[in-house]
Amino acid sequence: MQPILQIKGILKDFPGVRALNQVDLDLYPSEVHGLVGENGAGKSTLLKILSGALQKDQGEIQINSTSVTIPSPKASQDLGITVIYQDFNLVPHLSIARNVFLGHESQIGSRFILNKKLMNQKSTELLATLGIQLDPRRLVSDLTVAEKQMVEIARALSLESKIVLMDEPSGPLSEHEVNFLFKIIQTLKEKGVAIVYVSHRLEEIFKIADRVSVLRDGSLITTQLTSDIDLEEVIRLMVGREIADYFPKQTHASGELILEIKGIDGDHKNGLRVHAGEIVGMAGLVGSGRTELAQSLFGVKRASKARIIFNNKNIRPQSPWEAIQLGIGMVPEDRKEQGIVAGLSVRENITLPIIYKLSRWLKIDRHQQNEVTQTQVSQRKIQTPSIHQAMQNLSGGNQQKVVLAKWLAKRCQLLIMDEPTRGIDVGAKAEMYKLMNALAADGKGILLISSDLPEVIAMSDRIYVMRDGRLVAELPGQTTSQETIIQYITQGEENARN
Amino acid sequence: MPVIKTRVLKSYGSLLGLIGICIVLGMLSDRFLTISNLTNVTRQVSINAILASGMTLVIITGGIDLSVGSLVAFTGCSALLAMGLPGSDFSGILTGLLAGAAAGCLSGILVSFGRVPPFIATLAMLIMARGTALAMTSGQPIVKSSGLYLVLGEGYLGPVPVPIFIMAIVLLACHFILSQTPLGSSIYAIGGNEEAARLSGIKISRIKVMVYVISGLCSAIAGIVLAARLSSAQPNTGVGFELDAIAAVVLGGTSLMGGKGGIWGTLIGAFIIGVLNNGFNLLNVSPYYQLIAKGAIIIFAVLVDQILKR
Repeated sequence: MQPILQIKGILKDFPGVRALNQVDLDLYPSEVHGLVGENGAGKSTLLKILSGALQKDQGEIQINSTSVTIPSPKASQDLGITVIYQDFNLVPHLSIARNVFLGHESQIGSRFILNKKLMNQKSTELLATLGIQLDPRRLVSDLTVAEKQMVEIARALSLESKIVLMDEPSGPLSEHEVNFLFKIIQTLKEKGVAIVYVSHRLEEIFKIADRVSVLRDGSLITTQLTSDIDLEEVIRLMVGREIADYFPKQTHASGELILEIKGIDGDHKNGLRVHAGEIVGMAGLVGSGRTELAQSLFGVKRASKARIIFNNKNIRPQSPWEAIQLGIGMVPEDRKEQGIVAGLSVRENITLPIIYKLSRWLKIDRHQQNEVTQTQVSQRKIQTPSIHQAMQNLSGGNQQKVVLAKWLAKRCQLLIMDEPTRGIDVGAKAEMYKLMNALAADGKGILLISSDLPEVIAMSDRIYVMRDGRLVAELPGQTTSQETIIQYITQGEENARN
Repeated sequence: MPVIKTRVLKSYGSLLGLIGICIVLGMLSDRFLTISNLTNVTRQVSINAILASGMTLVIITGGIDLSVGSLVAFTGCSALLAMGLPGSDFSGILTGLLAGAAAGCLSGILVSFGRVPPFIATLAMLIMARGTALAMTSGQPIVKSSGLYLVLGEGYLGPVPVPIFIMAIVLLACHFILSQTPLGSSIYAIGGNEEAARLSGIKISRIKVMVYVISGLCSAIAGIVLAARLSSAQPNTGVGFELDAIAAVVLGGTSLMGGKGGIWGTLIGAFIIGVLNNGFNLLNVSPYYQLIAKGAIIIFAVLVDQILKR
């Protein structure tokens, strides 16, 4: 069989960095090709070159054995390439159908006047081929993340794309939704579409991909059939060194009870408890109420009817400010949107919660501010050329460490970590786990919300499972199997017990 | 080498532009580069620079304040009306400042607690403040050609005209707020990423109110200085001042998206506009063509900035 896409000797330089160095890659119809590598390995650069967002410096791209140039995103689309980014390219206040046909409305009628009836009908058909029932007149802004992704895929189908590039498609999805995505990828495969699947979740690559390519520091290290290689080997190739313990969990004697939440639906027993020095996992689907619970604890949303007892006192924080004063910190779900101020320096970000404490007579004590920042940067091993570096120039893993450092500089007692390792690379993940251990050893309580089940199981002392806003199970960490948790997540308490 | 050149251009582009304009005007008119003319230009710039200082703070939070021009009239009239009551010039000035702060506070509350977009909230304030100024003066100028307050417009501190001195104080104060205080850090954080700032415990609403109050205060200072210079308060004055202030901020490199910028850039921006006005007058350019040229120069400056960013 002829490869549909061939990349030969692609080279791309950014000021001071060679982002891609002589990369060769081929892609066959009906193939799912996993692309892995740490952050900064060159995956995104490669995708951007194929999508026309960036131009290569050297090398050749062939589609169906014909050499092509991709000067713009439009050219890429015309060549039958669709890229599905993590942050979708959809227009929120337009309907599903208008999004599916955006930019190629002429395909179903006039270029100037929308044929809405036909458009809606075609969209329904496209979604149906993917096994999804959605009203095409609904606004994209009303859809869940998973549904938005399906709209993007339907759009790729409407463009009759033969090559679909997916950048961390499972990132925002829950376990259940990921399985559905895999079914859809299977459907695309059967239609002869070639798929490049970029993901940090290596387990997924082994589940869905036929072949896997490993990038490291801009170079292609290997391309192999997934049946010929195992997960440990891929990790070793990605980081270029052995990672002895991927989850370096240490158990700690847990101290006093610092947090208790009582009266969550479905809970008849002890409530949700976090002790000092304990890592408590929260498993559940997206929308199961985990994030909402965390947000009411942190004062982002008005508290539900649940009663929150923190350090033996009833609390009901009305704003993040109040929660922070009590000694609660939160590493939010979406680092870019909620965690960091990208344009400001590492120093400004770390000291943001304590900026008023650091000042005397209205003026910030720069000396003390620098000292606090330096301490955090060295203790948390944040890699940055200087504390004045803008956050946007740091890698995802280091940005996440800054978010954490912010709360440690504030000396928070309880840390809520909502998907703390989403979208960061393997090496940075391992470091994040080590940091969590160190914090627990230091007597902090950690509430770990994560959709990554191996992570929850390995890192937690105890695990709570939520489903539809109800607390359905309390399980021991480490010894619980993924299957048990999935049963509780998908079936709830009664069924899981049988 | 080209990298260094771009960096210099990015940091000092607007300053180089200002120097370039001055050199060209100096060659075209022998009256331009005289001490008396340059002092005159600076005095004319002072009103806009004071307004633009407050505007810079507002724009860095990602907002905008369209009301400053009307507030110049409203606060000037408030101050002079209060001076007519038993009391002193001092209480009149205080009344003007309070009027400006109160108007800014109202805009700020609408923006932060009412979640009204800044453009709309301050547009409404622009209209209301103008109406209030006209209503309380019945549309007639209030003339007051004697009193201590005139020093603010006509006086000198050594060789320095008082308006220039006041401008310097306002600029330094706003610069201090932005660069040295927690309030400044919060302002940049809100403009850079409001949600992240909120989740870091910054009291967003309070700080937004604060920047609009500061902008209102700056309007009041400008309004009182202007009244002192004209020995009267005109309810019709200040029309379009907000546009010059916004232009100065933008020419100074502060992003309308918020999160970045600074006072020094704004000062240079204000001077670019002031020098152009003065130069066009010296060269006897018709006021109609002046407007066209000013618009073109703003477009040119922002285009250059956009190209350098690439």
